[in-house]
Amino acid sequence: MHYIGIDIGSTAAKVSVFEDDNLIENFTMPTGWSSIETSKVIKERLEEKNIVIDESKVIATGYGRISVPYANKTITEITCHGKGTYYLLGKDSTVIDIGGQDTKIITLDKGRVTNFTMNDKCAAGTGRFLELMANTLGVSIDELSNMALSGEDINITSMCTVFAESEVISLIGSGTKRESIARGIINSITGRVYAMLHKHGTSDTIFLTGGLCEVEPFIKLLSEKLQIQVKTDSLARYAGSIGAALLTKEL
Amino acid sequence: MRPQIMEEVEGLRGINSVKIKEAHEAGKKVVGMYCVFSPSEIALAADAISVTLCGTAQGPIEDAEKELPRNLCPLIKSSYGFAITDKCPYFYFSDVLLAETTCDGKKKMYELMGKIKPMHIMNLPQTANDEDSLESWKKEMVKFKNFLEEKLEVEITDENLRDAIKLMNRERNAMKKLHKLNAHKPAPLSGMDMMLAQWLKGFNVDKEAGIDLIERLIAEVEERMAKGIYAFDETAPRILLTGCPIGSGSEKVLKALEEAGASVVALENCTGYKGLDVLVDEDENKDLMLALAEKYLSTPCSCMTNNNSRLDLIGRLAKEYDVDGVVDLTWQACHTYNIESFTVKKFVQEELDLPFIQIETDYSDSDTGQVKVRVEAFLETLERPATAK
Repeated sequence: MHYIGIDIGSTAAKVSVFEDDNLIENFTMPTGWSSIETSKVIKERLEEKNIVIDESKVIATGYGRISVPYANKTITEITCHGKGTYYLLGKDSTVIDIGGQDTKIITLDKGRVTNFTMNDKCAAGTGRFLELMANTLGVSIDELSNMALSGEDINITSMCTVFAESEVISLIGSGTKRESIARGIINSITGRVYAMLHKHGTSDTIFLTGGLCEVEPFIKLLSEKLQIQVKTDSLARYAGSIGAALLTKEL
Repeated sequence: MRPQIMEEVEGLRGINSVKIKEAHEAGKKVVGMYCVFSPSEIALAADAISVTLCGTAQGPIEDAEKELPRNLCPLIKSSYGFAITDKCPYFYFSDVLLAETTCDGKKKMYELMGKIKPMHIMNLPQTANDEDSLESWKKEMVKFKNFLEEKLEVEITDENLRDAIKLMNRERNAMKKLHKLNAHKPAPLSGMDMMLAQWLKGFNVDKEAGIDLIERLIAEVEERMAKGIYAFDETAPRILLTGCPIGSGSEKVLKALEEAGASVVALENCTGYKGLDVLVDEDENKDLMLALAEKYLSTPCSCMTNNNSRLDLIGRLAKEYDVDGVVDLTWQACHTYNIESFTVKKFVQEELDLPFIQIETDYSDSDTGQVKVRVEAFLETLERPATAK
């Protein structure tokens, strides 16, 4: 029996598969322009690996969750990230998920989500913000985070993503070092997370999920801002799909 | 399946807008009001029609933004938009308007609105827990009475006031009884229908007919309950909705909750139970203006500082309706409710030991997806299976 979790986010789709109690497969692909197309491609990829959808249980999550026709159920990414984190970390924590269009803070109690906070409809503090700013500087998110380590500790003060972009452009124009601008951009995100986290209430363990969990310099700067070592896992990007796969066992 | 009489309730929309026109043409005076702090009794005692004015739809906001800032609460923008576009029949046929100084945004907007129609502003004290506040609010009642007497060229007698107080208390009692039906498990009325019934009553031109309709609705719902017909089944999580007022056109959070399978059993907002809780004291020997001042000052609104009575009411309703979670709706840029949400959250989580979520949004559809995620995720946290993992 295969237990499949599919997390179609705004930027990337993540897939995790359990065979009984063993996590046998994790893969990701860009969401592209159509979640329905993406879900078809996912089905093909799974079948290439001899994982038969009709003989498996499937839960879909993320913004594209309703576009997976073969899913047995849809569950929000918040519940799935909570479940996935508990699996990866093995204990309760406060989860930070910096997603493509939302940043979420999730509290776990005995492995279950008891409380969560999401950013409002504005993109400030989200992965999308970081992506746009990296584009403005002409670098990747990894490069931007690396540059930020050696930059001066400046602040990007605009709350709005579009105005922050103008601010970055004028900083470039005024000859500010790229490393310092990068630092300002990271500060903008970590500052938002800091405020959200403390308004939400936090436990001793902070766990980062989502794509940024693989960007080490970002985790370093986030840990500095929060004044606590942020934990993560090499599979934390799949926390949502792992959680979804695990939840199929309750179907 | 909803009660049949709900169709009649919904029909009020069309009927009332025709009735207001007919009444106006017949020479009847109309007093338009916005807020649950407004004493309808005084308007009724002046032999005028007292109606709520429109302000719950996105439509006219674009026009309002020609004059008002964009980052203002949608309720204020919508109200003003309706006023300047003649899209609200109740505003159009109002002879005078009654406004109140609840929040900064509204009171400055009223300055602009006052240029369109004759308007009286009641200066609301900022706290209810003070002897001086009651005294000054009583004076405001008298000033409004004098204003109406002069503007409408009538005399408001004590006898008329007593009748109006009794009529409004009867309306409150009917609404209260309707609301309390949903304390039953499972709830016999959907939150959407409960909201509609309460919101539409504000536009009732004929109060007696409105009371009669609600009493017939109650009778039908009670009949259905006896047959075991409910709006939701036993498993639907029961939600208390608190925060900013809602009405037709601004029901998106309530709708999202019920579409995700929740049963919104209690509405602790101005358009719900808030104004029904306390009646006007009908004691014959009591000063009428004082009786009115006491009732209206007891409104547990976030514009009051501090506002512990809102917490008391939430606590009471949470128990009475046996709710599984509390949702606090805040309209964007509504500072008082938005800040107060932090206090409400602490109270609900720590004192009531119930799950809580605040949803801040506006009337637009721009965040429908996000609101859906929040609402669904919140309901998922309410599910409690036997094993944790």
